Amino acid sequence: MRTPAFIAALLLAPALAGAQDVLIRGARVHTASAAGTLESADVLVRDGRIAAIGAGLAAPAGAAVVEAGGRPLTPGLFGGITQIGLEEVNLEPSTYDAQLKLAAPAWQHMWRPEFDVTPAFNSRSIVLAVARVEGVTWGTIAPLAADSLVIGQGSAVTLDGRFDAALPNSRTLFVNWGSAAHAASGGSRAAQYMLFDQAIREVREPGSSGAAALLQPEGRAALKGYLAGGRVVFFVERASDIREIVRFAQARGMKPVVAGGAEAWIVARELAEAGVPVILDPLENLPSDFDKLGARFDNAKLLHEAGVTIAFSQTISHQLRKNRQLAGNAVAHGLPWEAALAAITSVPAEIFGQGAARGRIAAGQAADLVLWSGDPLEVTSVAEQVWIAGNPVTMRSRQTELRDRYLERLRSGATD
Amino acid sequence: MRSLSAAVASVVVAACAAQAPAPAPTPAEPAAGKPARAPFSSTYAAPAAPPSLIRNATILTGTGVRIDGGDVLIVGGRIESVGQALTAPVGAVVIDASGRWVTPGLIDVHSHLGVYPSPGTDSASDGNESTDPVTAEVWAEHSVWPQDPGLEAALQGGVTTLQMLPGSANLIGGRGVTVKNVPATTYQAMKFPGAPQGLKMACGENPKRVYGRRSQAPSTRMGNVAGYRQAFADARDYMEGWKEYDASLAKYERDQAKGDEDTTPPKPPKRDLKHETLAEVMRGDLLVHNHCYRADEMATMLDVAQEFGFRISAFHHGAEAYKLAGRLGREGVCGALWADWWGFKMEAYDGIQENIAIVDAAAGGCAIVHSDSEEGIQRLNQEAAKAMTRGNLAGLAIAPERAIRWITANPAKSLGILDRTGTLEAGKMADVVVWNGTPFSVYALADQVFVDGVLLYDRAHPAAKPRSDFSL
Repeated sequence: MRTPAFIAALLLAPALAGAQDVLIRGARVHTASAAGTLESADVLVRDGRIAAIGAGLAAPAGAAVVEAGGRPLTPGLFGGITQIGLEEVNLEPSTYDAQLKLAAPAWQHMWRPEFDVTPAFNSRSIVLAVARVEGVTWGTIAPLAADSLVIGQGSAVTLDGRFDAALPNSRTLFVNWGSAAHAASGGSRAAQYMLFDQAIREVREPGSSGAAALLQPEGRAALKGYLAGGRVVFFVERASDIREIVRFAQARGMKPVVAGGAEAWIVARELAEAGVPVILDPLENLPSDFDKLGARFDNAKLLHEAGVTIAFSQTISHQLRKNRQLAGNAVAHGLPWEAALAAITSVPAEIFGQGAARGRIAAGQAADLVLWSGDPLEVTSVAEQVWIAGNPVTMRSRQTELRDRYLERLRSGATD
Repeated sequence: MRSLSAAVASVVVAACAAQAPAPAPTPAEPAAGKPARAPFSSTYAAPAAPPSLIRNATILTGTGVRIDGGDVLIVGGRIESVGQALTAPVGAVVIDASGRWVTPGLIDVHSHLGVYPSPGTDSASDGNESTDPVTAEVWAEHSVWPQDPGLEAALQGGVTTLQMLPGSANLIGGRGVTVKNVPATTYQAMKFPGAPQGLKMACGENPKRVYGRRSQAPSTRMGNVAGYRQAFADARDYMEGWKEYDASLAKYERDQAKGDEDTTPPKPPKRDLKHETLAEVMRGDLLVHNHCYRADEMATMLDVAQEFGFRISAFHHGAEAYKLAGRLGREGVCGALWADWWGFKMEAYDGIQENIAIVDAAAGGCAIVHSDSEEGIQRLNQEAAKAMTRGNLAGLAIAPERAIRWITANPAKSLGILDRTGTLEAGKMADVVVWNGTPFSVYALADQVFVDGVLLYDRAHPAAKPRSDFSL
């Protein structure tokens, strides 16, 4: 019977060289957990999971042994909330699947919480390998729209190239708030609360809006789940808006997450008390619009000091590899190094429901690991080897292919 | 009042006659005791500052040299000397830079600060005159809002000079302006004295998208190229018209001198600002900065430049510059590039992280790290560090003293100001950054930034108030 092998070959994504037990010996292990950093520790990987961490671990028969020589080992990095796998080339509409654009009336696409981008994720996108070889093993995909309030749903995904990439229990609703949704709320952010409450009433009392309903039946069903403790990411920047939407969302049964949060530091204490995490970009220091007049470099530091849970996200699908540069800059502006690493590993894993499975180097966690040439937050360091679910990633991408072709021409003196 | 207007008017007329077609900024006769200046010329003059001696630093001079345990002496706004164990003059401020690094002030050849300032309001969105594919007549400086808070942020990232460019909606977007990153109420008071203006041109997708959507030319790349060529051909005709006028005027003046009073003076051609700009390009007075991603399109642009006898100073964005690195080096054209941007559009699909290092490695190569971003301009050093790292991994052996040129000397060269700034050499403007350690690090911060010897940013003693009125 050849079928099982055939299916197995199909399931085995091209990025993966093959499952094998691995012993990584003598690494500087940044666990991204309470255990902190372990000098010269061994990490044993069996069946795609971390089996043990310690000194002098023995290699099981048949295991590959990697001598780390003191180099840093981290959990696989989180690339941020982006549209990776949903867009190949941003400006080529046929390769872009992150935005719903239905015909008028406008609310037909503005109020579609049932719009879920997860099935459109292309695990064979060339963009994945570019991120993967830089140590980014997972990320969150979200719909994107400037003219919607409720944008739709997305998921956390593994970037190892498997077809069924969405991670369990990661489904999330994404909502624009504040000036991000100004055009979608009748020209006033006050109307955002009014419209959202109308939609909630439609969920609870179908037909309550008569012919002017915002939601379709599928939308009511989708939103209902989020009103029962579901994770809702609000893209919101201004302090007063953050404070207001957090209270609004919690009062209505949602579990809010603030994304953006340029002025979150102003309401840090309230966020800490409300237990609301903030996913931010520590490079956001300019008043790039009137919702961000309070943007500053030490936003991450101030939030951390106030006890707010913080994660980092750059937002560009082709630049997931930049997320660690964000973390390094947060350190330069006062955030403790361990907190910065956690903000691109364990914390986002917790936020997106993955904490038990990934984001840390701990026994039982998925063996998503990165061996670095040096300090993993440093711009002069590179990922030397990446493993996802214990499989060594083929450290090549279309970019390395282009590089090698043209380096060869440079060396051969071929004329151009 | 009347005499001043008359003086200005006479300057314009005189300049047209003498130097057709483009009136050069010729100093006017001093009117009513005031010093005359050409319209739009620089009013920047660095304030006096005490001498400074920066001691015992790791110095990257920008000339490819690294000096460990070196000193930089600044006197009268200039680099007095660079070396070891220099003596502090009387009254000098002595800075102990032990364990710290010193570089020339960073230079960004591609910025839209001022023309697309923060906050991004409709009111101040002034970077693209996207009403015609050729707007060679517009000058970015006339859009600049000097209160852009991004300028102070860039200074804190070590940027002392930048070129503010029009956007890339148009085939020919207008003139760019090079400024010193100094606090000022007017752009004239920032303008780099004597720096040539740039001309922004754009290849590829942007112009054909902007105009193609309006069912207007260009809607294709062949339409783009026809647009550049026709614009330069028209400007050449315009130059001919002025040449004929000059000849007629000379003949008229000779006839007048001979006492022939029957002849009538020739009528000058109508001034055309669009043609004037392109004529200045063809005369070599404006430097062409060409937004162009694909290698084949860069080669086309080199041919366009050859056809009309002008030089391209730098290709900007050049995601595929590495495919044409040898030719760029041979023809002395710089590549102003990002460390790792790619994929956001088809013409950026082939971008690779070794692009800058490969352009640098070619014989005669002139690699530049540019930002095109109010975020990126704050960390040109980190972008250079990434590009250096990729080059080293590719076996190109790039030391910090070489890579620093990508954000100092090479952009200065492409802007025509390398004789005045961009390196730490005696006699040059004292545009200097003292870093808290190696600048090639994510943890690098500028401790002190000098522009013309004036300490404009001191991390240990930050200004109590922001520089921008907007940020108060």
